[in-house]
Amino acid sequence: MTLPLESMYREIILDHYKHPQHRGLPVEFDAEVHHVNPTCGDEVTLRVRVAADGTIADLGWEGEGCSISQASTSVMSGLVTGKPVKDALALQERFLELMQSRGEAELSDADEDELEDAVAFEGVSKYPARVKCALLGWMAMKSAVAEAGERDADELKETIG
Amino acid sequence: MSLDVEAVRKDFPILAREVHGVPLVYLDSANTSQKPQVVLDTLAEFYSRHNANVARAVHTLGSEATTLYEAARDKVAAFVNARRREEVIFTKNSSEALNLVAYAISNASTFPGADRFRIGPGDEVVVTEMEHHSNIVPWQLLCQRTGATFRWLPIDASPDSPTSGRLVDSAIDEVITERTKVLSFVHQSNALGTINPVERLVAKAKSVGALTVLDASQSAPHLPLDVQALDPDFVAFTGHKLYGPTGVGVLVGRYDLLAALPPFLGGGEMIETVDMTGTTYAAPPHRFEAGTPMIAEAVGLGAAIDYLSALGMENVAAHERELVEYALPRLAAVEGVRIIGPAVPVSRGATIAFTVKGVHPHDVAQLLDEFGIAVRAGHHCARPVCVRYGVPATTRASFGIYTTTEEIDALVLGVERVKEMFT
Repeated sequence: MTLPLESMYREIILDHYKHPQHRGLPVEFDAEVHHVNPTCGDEVTLRVRVAADGTIADLGWEGEGCSISQASTSVMSGLVTGKPVKDALALQERFLELMQSRGEAELSDADEDELEDAVAFEGVSKYPARVKCALLGWMAMKSAVAEAGERDADELKETIG
Repeated sequence: MSLDVEAVRKDFPILAREVHGVPLVYLDSANTSQKPQVVLDTLAEFYSRHNANVARAVHTLGSEATTLYEAARDKVAAFVNARRREEVIFTKNSSEALNLVAYAISNASTFPGADRFRIGPGDEVVVTEMEHHSNIVPWQLLCQRTGATFRWLPIDASPDSPTSGRLVDSAIDEVITERTKVLSFVHQSNALGTINPVERLVAKAKSVGALTVLDASQSAPHLPLDVQALDPDFVAFTGHKLYGPTGVGVLVGRYDLLAALPPFLGGGEMIETVDMTGTTYAAPPHRFEAGTPMIAEAVGLGAAIDYLSALGMENVAAHERELVEYALPRLAAVEGVRIIGPAVPVSRGATIAFTVKGVHPHDVAQLLDEFGIAVRAGHHCARPVCVRYGVPATTRASFGIYTTTEEIDALVLGVERVKEMFT
């Protein structure tokens, strides 16, 4: 009883599930979001702090749910922390495309370099029911940085006032 | 005589399939059962030789189709020991059968001569906490429409109780009272496997003058079902869990009640006379079968019933009792596995829900699928059961006439393997 080669449960995914990165909510943050995936009952609460230069200075999360959602959130955290928001959102777009590829994605070497461990989720794209699990943390990050950005804009307006 | 499982398996072509390069182990029959060749042949035969609309065409094909459709009704009536064939109504599925009763009851509030079914504020509708959503929501909607109160019998979910996974017995006399107008409950729970004490519940409801509705979706395929012996007023079940096609279900009702109930859906074939100023309705069962019915599917269900009857429902029940006796201790012995439902194979069907410590049910089910094992994960359309047990979801293995002990071994090994991967 061995796993088929095309299994969605790659070793990398299980490693992240067992040893999640950036788990825990930072005390200082600019935005907090809570996202839920009703299919599996997955939940994630995510906080971000965006530095003045527009990079994601800190990101942490708490969550419960299936291995795909928890591992994907862990991988995402490691990838985007320290990156400019713009690059994090571009990466989110790439990951979304990969998840919507229904197993037909043709990844270039550049893609693989950019997505790093997130490439391991390619197999999930063949299972439409589980795509939402893999996207949960990424969508939460996208909302959180958007919220942090709005707050910045508001503060800027007040300052300029 | 007992069931020759190997012979049965040969009758189900899908069981020869491979999934992910390994033989299919289908343990999801409570979700939908597989279909024997004879059902597939009957559907093809109907469409290739006898297809016509029923009860209206005078030509040869119309007459053949009508004869086949009505013969299916006779088969269902005999299968459940109905008092008369007119007590059998074909519906789309169990959900429609239950909705039919709930809507006919609320329609009674404005229907001449149907006063006895009227319910309103102060009246109560009772279900159990272990119902499938299809036996919760239609009654909640009925209560919203009429102002009646929705109540339920709780589950004993305490892990160490000898009655864990069963209805709290003391609640039966507390919840079912003179105010109860309808008691609708599941025969065998799809989420727990529990078989409820039908005689006790029906007797209690009758003693307070309540109508009784039995959801037999999960029992009709697995146990001899005698509606006269159990004596509820209405019984609902579905064809696709009974080795028949999807798209056909059954409501069996006491004839005197059906004859007094107003219609649910209006349309062709459910009428006596239609006039632009008013319409009179056909007698049961046709009053409740508006429009062109699921003719081929009903005929296919008849073939499934013939198939089951030839096996003998006593033999089917004995086979599945052996399976649950085999599976329960083996699954429970896997460290970290918690059985959600009765732990002992007494008054319990061959449907076993469980959790695996540290592994989400969707991961359990997805990984088992990669080993070729089909189980269900989720709340099984019975979310209140999961809430009562404090779990977000469970994994459920459910057995049928074609299930073998080797398949249960594969399940246990699969669960062991899943655990290894996650620890």
